[in-house]
This record gives sequence, C-alpha cells and structure tokens, in this order.
Amino acid sequence: MKSYKSDKKYLYADRKDKNHKGKFLMSMRFDISGGNLDSAGEASSTIKSKLKQLGIGYSIIRRVAIASYETEMNIVLHANRGTLSVYVAEDHIKIIAVDEGPGIPNVELAMQEGYSTATEQIREMGFGAGMGLPNMKKCSDQFEIHSDIGKGTKVMIVIFF
Amino acid sequence: MGLKLKQVVEELDLKVLTGEKLLNREIKGGYTSDLLSWVMSHAKEGSLWVTVQSHQNIVAIASLLDLAGIIVAEGVNVEPKTREKSEQEKVCILTTDKNSFEISGLLYKLGIGS
Ligand SMILES: Nc1ncnc2c1ncn2[C@@H]1O[C@H](COP(=O)(O)OP(=O)(O)OP(=O)(O)O)[C@@H](O)[C@H]1O
Ligand SMILES: [Mg+2]
Repeated sequence: MKSYKSDKKYLYADRKDKNHKGKFLMSMRFDISGGNLDSAGEASSTIKSKLKQLGIGYSIIRRVAIASYETEMNIVLHANRGTLSVYVAEDHIKIIAVDEGPGIPNVELAMQEGYSTATEQIREMGFGAGMGLPNMKKCSDQFEIHSDIGKGTKVMIVIFF
Repeated sequence: MGLKLKQVVEELDLKVLTGEKLLNREIKGGYTSDLLSWVMSHAKEGSLWVTVQSHQNIVAIASLLDLAGIIVAEGVNVEPKTREKSEQEKVCILTTDKNSFEISGLLYKLGIGS
C-alpha cells in the first residue's frame, strides 16, 4: 500500500473537493479525539441525521452510517486525533477520515477480517473484532486507505446513489 | 403484523429500563452478539439486539442502525451514562436476568426470526 507522499492522485482528489465546494449539496467536518470513548459515535450520529434531513434513502444512509461509524471508532481507538469529513454530491457521498497516530504497519493484514491489535480492555467492551475495516470496504463503492507509520492514516470511502 | 416491544416485554417479563414511550415499536427481527462490529454489519433495521455490553456505545449503534431496541441480558448493570444517552437518542433498553442464549431462544419461540 502507498503512503500519503507517493499518492498524488489521492491528494489531488482531496484538493478538488475544496475547489468544488459549491457543487456539493452538503459538506460536514468533525474533529475526533483519540481515546474519547464517551462521545464516540457522535459524529456518525450527526452525519446520519443530516443525511436523513436531505431525504437520502435508507439503504444509502445505512451504508454511510456503518462506514462513518467504523472510521470514527478507529480514530478513537487507534489514533491520537483526526477529522472525519463528509461530502454529499449529486451522485455520491464521500467520506474522508484523516488521523494523526501510529499508522498501520501492514495495511493488507489490517484489512483482513478478524485482525486486530486492540487491547484486552477494549475487547471486553466489544470492540476489536477486527471487522471495522472490512465493514467499511463492504459498504463502499470505492475504498482507499493510506498509512504512514508514526504519522497517521487516511481513509477515503465513496458511496454512489 | 410483527410483535411490538410491549408484547415481548409482557411475554418474557423484561424490565423496561429506558424508553417506556417507545414500546409501540414493531420488532422486525433479532440479532445476538457482543462484538460491536459484527452487530454493525449484520443487525438489520427494526431488529431487537441481545447483548451483555452495557456502555454507551451500544446506544450509538442501536440509533445508527435504527434497531427496535436493546435487551441487556444476564442482569448486567447498565451504566447511568448509557441510560441518559438512550433517553436522548430515543433508544429503548430492556433488561433480563436470563442469559443471551435463553432470551434469544424465547424471542425466537415468540416468532421473532432473524
Ligand atoms: N486509524 C488507525 N490508526 C492506526 N491503526 C489502525 C487504524 N485503523 C485501524 N488500525 C489497525 O488496523 C486493525 C484492524 O482495524 P479494524 O477496524 O478492522 O478492527 P478493530 O478496530 O481492531 O476492531 P473492530 O473494528 O472490529 O472493533 C486495528 O486493530 C489497528 O491495529
Ligand atoms: Mg475498527
């Protein structure tokens, strides 16, 4: 898997979003702090209710809810801090999660169902099944993940209407 | 017509911890698991979720997936923060002393499929 630096196309996609802000029906951005389990899931809840207000259909909302929740939880559980952004366009929804954290040494391994580095304490709470990344991928029409060890991780998910 | 929460509460002698006003909700199915990412990907809208997890994240999950409600099994003590959040998010939490296996079996017997 590629790192941020080597992936110009990916960075460009991000920049393009900013230049074309007017084209989005809605965009949202949330700061997520690592380790804060109390408010975990709040960004995803807000995203869901906004999409509902836009009149978006249930099956799309469900996919976005799963994808945003799993990305949000991964920042909370595995990173120091990050942002979760959602762009609603004419024909798709894009979710971008960027975090500062330890990064993922082996992304391919992390993508496998059941792989988790969660601590015993976290597992007791029901997290750490190693299903978050596979869930995100399953829900998305396009999925990209890039990680820089010691720096952070970036996930991009696109869901078409 | 599917069963409503209040019918299940009566039949199985569940305790209504929060969401007294939500008991008219119809139950469309059931799902039992304590692994949150499994619930996230498999529990369907309108399902009743049986678990022994009790921290506030279960409310976020139930709300995100539009579940009919949560049954916290094995007499697990539900944290006050979880209760508060479930009132805010309008998620019904029911409790039972029975374990997850027993309560899931009883729900199935009442006609709640998967
Ligand atoms: N943002 C991240 N920063 C650092 N490591 C991550 C991040 N996201 C995932 N990982 C690593 O990838 C592993 C697999 O992630 P995944 O979401 O699939 O499972 P999990 O979070 O461990 O458990 P679950 O999502 O089922 O509760 C994690 O255990 C962690 O090691
Ligand atoms: Mg995860």
